Amino acid sequence: MEGAGHVTQLTPVLSATWGLEHSWNFDTYRAHGGYEAATKALAMDQADIIQAVKDSGLRGRGGAGFPTGMKWGFLPADDGGPRYLVVNADESEPGACKDMPTMMAAPHTLIEGVVITSFAIGCDHAFIYVRGEVIHVYRRLMKAVAEAYDNGWLGTNIKGTGFNLDVTVHAGAGAYICGEETALLDSLEGRRGQPRLKPPFPAVAGLYARPTVVNNVESIASVPSIINHGVDWFTSMGTDKSKGMGLFSLSGHVNRPGQYEAPLGITPRELLEMAGGIRDGHTLKFWTPGGSSTPIFTDDHLDVPLDYESVGAAGSMLGTRSLQIFDDTTCVVRAVERWTEFYKHESCGKCTPCREGTYWLDLIMRRLETGRGTMADIQQLLDTCDSIAGRAFCALGDAATAPVISSVTLFREEYERHVTEGGCPFDPAASALFDYDSAPEEAHA
Amino acid sequence: MTYDESTAKLLAKDAAEIFARYPVRRSALLPLLHLVQSVDGYVSPDGIQFCAEQLDLSSAEVSAVATFYTQYKRRPNGEYQLGVCTNTLCAVMGGDEIWRQLSERVGVGHDETTADGKISLERLECNAGCDYAPVMMVNWEFFDNMTPESALQLVDDILAGKDLVPTRGADKVVSFKEASRVLAGFDDGRADEGVSAGRPSLAGLDKAKEQGWKGQDT
Repeated sequence: MEGAGHVTQLTPVLSATWGLEHSWNFDTYRAHGGYEAATKALAMDQADIIQAVKDSGLRGRGGAGFPTGMKWGFLPADDGGPRYLVVNADESEPGACKDMPTMMAAPHTLIEGVVITSFAIGCDHAFIYVRGEVIHVYRRLMKAVAEAYDNGWLGTNIKGTGFNLDVTVHAGAGAYICGEETALLDSLEGRRGQPRLKPPFPAVAGLYARPTVVNNVESIASVPSIINHGVDWFTSMGTDKSKGMGLFSLSGHVNRPGQYEAPLGITPRELLEMAGGIRDGHTLKFWTPGGSSTPIFTDDHLDVPLDYESVGAAGSMLGTRSLQIFDDTTCVVRAVERWTEFYKHESCGKCTPCREGTYWLDLIMRRLETGRGTMADIQQLLDTCDSIAGRAFCALGDAATAPVISSVTLFREEYERHVTEGGCPFDPAASALFDYDSAPEEAHA
Repeated sequence: MTYDESTAKLLAKDAAEIFARYPVRRSALLPLLHLVQSVDGYVSPDGIQFCAEQLDLSSAEVSAVATFYTQYKRRPNGEYQLGVCTNTLCAVMGGDEIWRQLSERVGVGHDETTADGKISLERLECNAGCDYAPVMMVNWEFFDNMTPESALQLVDDILAGKDLVPTRGADKVVSFKEASRVLAGFDDGRADEGVSAGRPSLAGLDKAKEQGWKGQDT
């Protein structure tokens, strides 16, 4: 990035058409340049498309940040059997809320990306696995797929090229773990969504044990723009190793929460300013750079460029660029207790460190938040995290430890206050976005 | 199998349509479970038996899958499923208080249904609408920027027989059974209803326009 005084400008690409009337329709999308990239791609050599995506430096937008083109390149040579593209549209990471508006407002961006990607990797049946708890997003996707068939962008002999492609939109049924790519594949095969042992990786043995590419919605939706405007255009945005634009989702105690599409490497300070700052009369306390699975940051980290390397070097992860922002009224123990309850609820039960570890973390966090904890509990939290991190079958276990470890490190004193004061020192009513009197009675649990 | 003949026939016809979407039959299990839920309002013993017969699985194998996913209900669900996000962000922004008042008003707790079968309540995990916190979902439609008052109003409207109108969704909330049928992959013709995006989804776009930022030159 450039030096001080430089203002990073927002770069709406995927979100550019979201404000249009009936933005989700084929005709609207087409009128704004939709399917021009697909037209271009179908006339290209398949290897050239893969090379362009490799050269663009596009990295997985679902959280892990693995180079997308390289993932495609891992597919073994064509053996005449089927190979699949599966789009991970299971967006469920606490804080992540970018793929749902993408598919609600501009589902054809994703469908066009699916057409190009499928053509490039030699796939004739692609799947979009969307979480089941968003019925209108599912309706819009199904409609977009139907329109793509009607307009000859799906089906047989697409635009006379001889390329065939079917797309199935599949609704999940409520399970965070299905965002893990191998759990997603098991779920798509009609099983409990539990992760698979790797290797073999999906590129070798994925859906139905066939070579499979699993990519996030935003990754695939970014492909048409790369084909349309070129590698140089894409790499002109972002930082050295984190190229292009991405959706940054700001939520919580900010004046204008929402989606901000910007070059990777923009700073949280810039984003916060664009969002109108922290709500009036308050100051920033802590925030997540990439969802609840990424270690929390404070106002000490407002100038960390939001790219993969910088956020990593500062001790967290870019993840899904989900900035959940909490002001000075928020109890960090309460916040982490609730995330911990989430991980316990969503642990699939397959491996012991995660299943048992998240259970104990939740018990201890609850004890501390309600003032029944001891000083030894704080150390016990860290010890329990030691038994989970690096020992769980998939990334969910590690994720569960991230908010716990980072909050104890940054706010140990606040944990201790819960013990010495025998309760939570914060008034939850002060954090709410509406006025109410803190009620003494317990809610139905 | 205890479905009456006409129901069984319709289900078999729908199932055939679902099978046609997949190269391998077993992939149809999740949509099939949504489908039987659209008939019975939950995953009933009949529904499990039906899925098992269609897929040549044991009923234990089908149950093992059904019980893994929170959207499949094991007891008859209410006509309206009211979910309050109580994951951290929404809870802190007011979801906890919304839940408290709603639960007190309706008189049931998490994953419970009123005696008249009208309303089921659920504490939700993150539903990917954080920039609209606090969020509620009714039969999986978005209700954004909720307050205790707007949540209680939903209950009044349900009891008065009025339609509920989501913030970002169809023109009205369809019943739990009808929603389950959509999730099984059967179009209800409502995709063109509702907005493209809410204001928060457009926040960055608004800012770019205000500043005259054209985005990266293309």
